[in-house]
Amino acid sequence: MSFIASCFFNLFEPLFRLGQRWLGLSRIAWLFVAPNLIIFGLFTFLPIIINFHYAMTAGVQIMPSQRPFVGTENFALLFECRDHFDLATCNQDLFWKAISNTSKFTVLQVILMMFFSLLTALVLNRKIIGRSFWRGVFFYPVLLSPVVVALLWKWILQKHGLLNAGLLAAGLDSREWLTDSGWSFFWVIFVSIWAHMGFYTLILLAGLQAIPREVYDAAEMDAASPWRTLYRITLPLLMPNLIVVVVLALIRAIQIFDEVFVLTGGGPGSATTFIVQYIYQVGFAEQIHLYGLAAAASLVLAAGILVLTLIQLKLSRAGKHGSKNGSKQER
Amino acid sequence: MRQFFTRTRGRTRLHWTDWLTYLYLFAGLLLMFAPVLWLVLSSLKSEAAISDFPPTLLPYTQKMVMLADEQGVQKLRPLFLVQGADGKPHQMVELRRIGIIATMVDAVHPEQQVKINIKLRTPVREVSVATGNYTGLFAKFNFLQNLNNSVFITVVATLITLLFNSMAAFALSKYRFRGQQTVLLLIIATLMIPPTIILVPAFLIVSGVGLFNSLWGVIWPAVATPTGVFLLRQYMLTIPDELIEAARMDNASEWRIYWKIVLPLSAPALAVLAIFSVMWRWNDFLWPLLVLSKPEKFTLQLALNSFQGELTTEWHYLLAMTVITLVPVTLVFAFLQKYIATGIASAGVK
Repeated sequence: MSFIASCFFNLFEPLFRLGQRWLGLSRIAWLFVAPNLIIFGLFTFLPIIINFHYAMTAGVQIMPSQRPFVGTENFALLFECRDHFDLATCNQDLFWKAISNTSKFTVLQVILMMFFSLLTALVLNRKIIGRSFWRGVFFYPVLLSPVVVALLWKWILQKHGLLNAGLLAAGLDSREWLTDSGWSFFWVIFVSIWAHMGFYTLILLAGLQAIPREVYDAAEMDAASPWRTLYRITLPLLMPNLIVVVVLALIRAIQIFDEVFVLTGGGPGSATTFIVQYIYQVGFAEQIHLYGLAAAASLVLAAGILVLTLIQLKLSRAGKHGSKNGSKQER
Repeated sequence: MRQFFTRTRGRTRLHWTDWLTYLYLFAGLLLMFAPVLWLVLSSLKSEAAISDFPPTLLPYTQKMVMLADEQGVQKLRPLFLVQGADGKPHQMVELRRIGIIATMVDAVHPEQQVKINIKLRTPVREVSVATGNYTGLFAKFNFLQNLNNSVFITVVATLITLLFNSMAAFALSKYRFRGQQTVLLLIIATLMIPPTIILVPAFLIVSGVGLFNSLWGVIWPAVATPTGVFLLRQYMLTIPDELIEAARMDNASEWRIYWKIVLPLSAPALAVLAIFSVMWRWNDFLWPLLVLSKPEKFTLQLALNSFQGELTTEWHYLLAMTVITLVPVTLVFAFLQKYIATGIASAGVK
């Protein structure tokens, strides 16, 4: 192993010596950032530009030069409805169904996620035996892959699964959890909270532990009730972390795809089809790949995320601490 | 004295809120781990036992005995419990079955044959682990190939990530050059751009450079993580510049300074990034789903997904496959949990 490493070292050393002679000491930094920047450029910045091009061209060709320019036709198609108050009459009714599902999901999931992760963080912040063990317990599902999480719950929720067996044993009726539209929506929210709660709990717990002990001692001296301590001390001091967590959770909830795709496949019908799945279906999964329409839909999604990001920037500037995106952000 | 007072809030007995706390924690333990445990237990069940309803906790299979029939053919035959004429249950072995009538013999005295309705018998079962679910994966499916693909992507992408990100972090923390702020800003910007909104054009570029259906098509777009650059840059800022100055005095090349001084000193941050990268790449789903369309190129996650789509009935294989997929992540969790926690706490909120 160390032999390979030293080979690697020797391979690049002369290259950098040469670069140093040509570029000088300060410009050699470009040599170090180049690989990262090239990849960012090729796979992130260039795609952003091409995305606009795609959104304004039509056809099934993937090469941009072969695609006819159609202006805002893709957007017009997305927003074309006979009756704008009835989303089922839209040309792309699945798009609107996906948007309404995503909004509903995002609001419900983030509220519940915040409640449970805050509650768990508060519980973990108490004087308990074996805190790091308990913290690990709630964190474990975060590490599981979305596919594994979905299959895990699919196995439990299936017709002859553990949940139905438990219900029967308790004398209750069994159900088809994933083929009923209301229940499948519930389980999608439940599973996504189960899988991601630990991440937010960890951030909130770190915030709670950063609150100085003296503040609580002072509150105890003044005989403040636990509720008062929570509302007047803990929550205000935790606010910077809470803002980060809420915005992160919002941005992630809008982009929900993996777990749901495996758990319900967007069904039954389109009951759990979300916006990213719509983009995937239109652009990649169906027989005719409508890249233009998919790109237009992803720009609508990008606009939504941009608004959320701007809110975050505004809020975190209003709060005392600056904040950064979470480290579990993909890529 | 102070220690004494802060522990259990000055009381020697557990307060009712402490009981509530532990109740919550144990409920959490059950909710978080029971599904995984159930998955593992289920994956050890045989194909027949897995469809039992209501399911049993432990994996049972029907007990089989070696017995010869009247023609003298020695064979493993299923054992049943049958209510005998004397009212006591007898262990009987099934010789053959036509419709709902089974021809059975007593296990101890196999001379006398009886014909019995299959509703009147219950199988004798014993706890046994169906290892066939796991070995069958390798024999019947392209599972080893999928495993290989996943391991390859994870290892290679992580190595490149560590190299590229640490190089960029080194440049951004240890040099002052024109355009430095712009580069930093560009990298912050990529943090804000979720990959889901550039799926179509990123796919175009990957196929444009000929990486469609290639494992490298999954690796290259993923290796330049903005999170990694940040994590490492923050850490490298704490390395004293004097070390680097001293090395320059000794006429060390910049690459030598990076490789022999900065990298070894950044080992803790590199470890955190390595853990994260392994998990990101191992668990990736949407991007590989677009780039890899041939089954022999599938990663484990894709194989799991396509497998559950095609063969909903073959749960015994699917569960075993799922268990294998979650093993590496569980090992990471068991041994490296502390690093992950510090990684999130320090990079997630700063």
